[in-house]
Amino acid sequence: MVIELKNLNKSFYTDEGELKVLQNVNLALEHGKILGVLGPSGSGKSTLLNILTNLIKPTSGTVEVNGKIGYMFQKDHLLEWRTIKDNIMIGLEIQKKITPQAVEKIDRLLKTYGLWEFRNRYPRELSGGMRQRVALIRTLATDPDILLLDEPFSALDYQTRLLVSDDIYKIIKQEGKDAILVSHDISEIISVCDTICVLSKRPATVKAKYEIELTIEGERTPLVSRNAPEFKYYFDLLWKELEMYAQ
Amino acid sequence: MRNKDIVSSDGFEKYLAQKKKSKRNIMLIQALILIGGIVLWEVLAQMGIINTFLVSCPSKIFELFIQYVKDGTIFTHIKVSVWETVLGFSIGTILGILIAIILWSSDTLAKIMDPYLVVLNALPKTALAPIIIVWVGPGVKGIVVIAVTISLVTTVLSAYNYFINVEEDKVKMLKSFGATKLQILTKLILPSNIGNLINITKINIGLSWVGVIVGEFIVSRAGLGYLIVYGGQVFRLDLVMMGVVVLAVCALVMYQAVNMLEKLYYAKSNTHK
Repeated sequence: MVIELKNLNKSFYTDEGELKVLQNVNLALEHGKILGVLGPSGSGKSTLLNILTNLIKPTSGTVEVNGKIGYMFQKDHLLEWRTIKDNIMIGLEIQKKITPQAVEKIDRLLKTYGLWEFRNRYPRELSGGMRQRVALIRTLATDPDILLLDEPFSALDYQTRLLVSDDIYKIIKQEGKDAILVSHDISEIISVCDTICVLSKRPATVKAKYEIELTIEGERTPLVSRNAPEFKYYFDLLWKELEMYAQ
Repeated sequence: MRNKDIVSSDGFEKYLAQKKKSKRNIMLIQALILIGGIVLWEVLAQMGIINTFLVSCPSKIFELFIQYVKDGTIFTHIKVSVWETVLGFSIGTILGILIAIILWSSDTLAKIMDPYLVVLNALPKTALAPIIIVWVGPGVKGIVVIAVTISLVTTVLSAYNYFINVEEDKVKMLKSFGATKLQILTKLILPSNIGNLINITKINIGLSWVGVIVGEFIVSRAGLGYLIVYGGQVFRLDLVMMGVVVLAVCALVMYQAVNMLEKLYYAKSNTHK
């Protein structure tokens, strides 16, 4: 297991009292897989990721993470005053790990993913989809083993979103990373993930777990997945799961 | 990527010409108001309609100015005041930003200092000027301290506000790479606020001039404030008016210098406001 969460609980304390956000959450990410966490908004998905990245501590339970974590956010958070390359370098800069090999690796990533010509441009000169790709490469530059994707496509328009999720899926697979994708978008999560955990409303707990098995000829990508015969079946299944909480 | 759809055309040329024309017209009217005002003032004074003892007149002010330029005294006064102002706003701005950084780095300290800063900010700092002169002593030192006092508190408050309002998620992004507080400061908080800090500097120039003039009014042997208050005491309104005009020009030049720095920065960093 790359990541294993056991009996995880998290409460926040406000002036009104205790707010239970996570209750007995059990999750596991296997090597070579993409795990999806689907839940209604406000169900504590971000809290889960914040615990995994050690930004906050759980109230109780165990967190086992075997590997270095890279975090990709909803928005790209590129710094406007830095060039694309300097934006990508920021993680290494902070960790004081700028070596010739690291720079070489960044150059390779820039070339492979079509950003080489833009390396000296500024973020505002790039489209939303490209900016998101830069954000992913910024995360990859520090060489994480596991990627946490926090609704990374939700700030994009629908068409870009389909293309960027295809893009980013390929990058993750090509670089051989494991990933957790957090989202409330049912079709997106089916098209990208191998396993899906559905969270309940607050206090969140894992209500259901599905292995996604799609009949696909050739290589799997999110766009191809959407055309698989089982896609609609999973969509209906997850839709019903979420609907229960909407009531 | 940008502007690839923009082409030059006849309509565009016309648009440019029109824009230029309207800009020229506005400048023309501005110049006319200034010249008209001065001419009217002179004419009314010559005809004896207004009392030159109370308001002086442009020709007399100009004559006096030439006289002060010839014997060089005006430059001594300008030098003293400008130097005091430059010291005042530099120290006020730098010290203020440093204090804001300290407050930003400690939430608890910021909360403790909050009421004091609010009261100090609400207090008209010129009220402290006499005390400062007594404590620090007269001369350049006391005047600079007055100028610093006036700009310091607003600098601290506004810089602190800019610092804490930097997007929380961007801070989180840096933290996800393991950034220290100092790294967050130097890689995000300061660079994202350079434009705001330049604006603070601009405001501080004005505030420092207030401090310097007030200081010179209280006790001084040279400076534009000294000229003005001396002229007032001996009822030489031409001297007072000349002091004010020279003061206005000095303040304008300083403000424009910072404006140019700002333009240079934006051109170089390739970012927009």
